[in-house]
Amino acid sequence: MSGIAVVVVILMSAGAARKVNAQGPRVIDITAKRYGFTPSTITLKKGETVTLRLHSEDVVHGFFSRPLKLDETIEPGKTAEVTITPQTVGTFQTICDHFCGAGHGSMSMTIVVE
Amino acid sequence: MKDVDRRGFLRVAGMSIGIGALYRTLPAAAMTGSANEMLTALGKKSGEKVAPFTFVQMSDTHVGFQGPPNPLGTKAFEQAVAKVNALPQRPDLVLFTGDLTHDSEDKDVHAARMKRFREIARNIKADKIVYVPGENDAGLDGGALFRENFGETYYSLDHKGVHFVALDNVSRAKPEVGKEQLDWLEKDLRRFSKATPIVVFTHRPLFDLKPEWEWFTSDGDEVTNILNRYDNVTVLYGHIHRDNEHHDGHTAHYGARSLIFGFPDPQKGPEKKPFAFDKEHPFAHLGIRSLDERPGEELRKDEIELTLREMSGVNGVQQMLRNPKI
Ligand SMILES: [Cu+2]
Repeated sequence: MSGIAVVVVILMSAGAARKVNAQGPRVIDITAKRYGFTPSTITLKKGETVTLRLHSEDVVHGFFSRPLKLDETIEPGKTAEVTITPQTVGTFQTICDHFCGAGHGSMSMTIVVE
Repeated sequence: MKDVDRRGFLRVAGMSIGIGALYRTLPAAAMTGSANEMLTALGKKSGEKVAPFTFVQMSDTHVGFQGPPNPLGTKAFEQAVAKVNALPQRPDLVLFTGDLTHDSEDKDVHAARMKRFREIARNIKADKIVYVPGENDAGLDGGALFRENFGETYYSLDHKGVHFVALDNVSRAKPEVGKEQLDWLEKDLRRFSKATPIVVFTHRPLFDLKPEWEWFTSDGDEVTNILNRYDNVTVLYGHIHRDNEHHDGHTAHYGARSLIFGFPDPQKGPEKKPFAFDKEHPFAHLGIRSLDERPGEELRKDEIELTLREMSGVNGVQQMLRNPKI
């Protein structure tokens, strides 16, 4: 009998965890560091609401994409958050638009929307 | 009336040479009646006669840059200076459209690069040389080092009936001109009539050429709205390291080639990656175009290839790579 009780508890906690995720958007952590973003590519679903949580490991960076309407400033020691629900399927480049040093021009990441 | 082809006249390469700027503007001015008077007044104001003149644009010399796309460092810049000095007509003005230096996170290194830039630029034989910064010159220190060397990052000047405006879209944190400068621009231009020929020189393009490659200015539309109140505006910019031509209302925008390495056509290449260095053609994608326009004559365009003189060709390049002092 006690074995069955344990199984029930596990199911309940798994169910609860799923419920929490369903309430809030998926969070993706992105780190900016001269001269790139980690991860360098993320994949989102069209219509899915996600929160991008942005960190900088060194200096002030930007996080910009005209089509995705992203224009964030990432300051070291702080977290910048932006929630988006992409409506267009495609591959988009976000760039650092805050000049951060000599390799700045190649600092970008890819957001794929499927 | 034949379109005097201001496109042709002001088309820009790493360097463009415009001869006879006023020939292009006078026919348009004549149609508006009071415009000739205005041009004369403008000339009087600056103490100069309205007259044809020669000017040159040079861009993106990135002094201090070293790497595979151009292992020759400042050679193309030095060659271009020699070409300008060999022109049949000494230019009145030389406009530098930014990225004079390649930035370094070490302030002393950056200052040394600025000094080296000045040493090379000092050899240019021209009546006047004017500069705007690129993000490599001014992005990390808000323009402090640039101002120490060249003065203000935005300003204007009148020259023989043409009004030149230097715009700074690089020394703020974001790629923008900013409200203060927009207000200044509006005031600066207010005293001119619609027909005044205006040449704006700036580093980044003022329109969305390729935002995902950072080829844009956030508030560029606001600048162009002000410029479009005037009939004859040419914007010369750098940053993109290639030729480009774009028209928006009365404003024509021309991108310049670089004197360090070239970028591909953004419509064709998915990646922002410079052209690789080619020993057979060490100055490919850099080059110079000269434009000569005179009334009643056809526009003459010449593609001038930079050469290595006595050390031309692959052997010369190898020799230079072995001996960077040359
Ligand atoms: Cu950056």
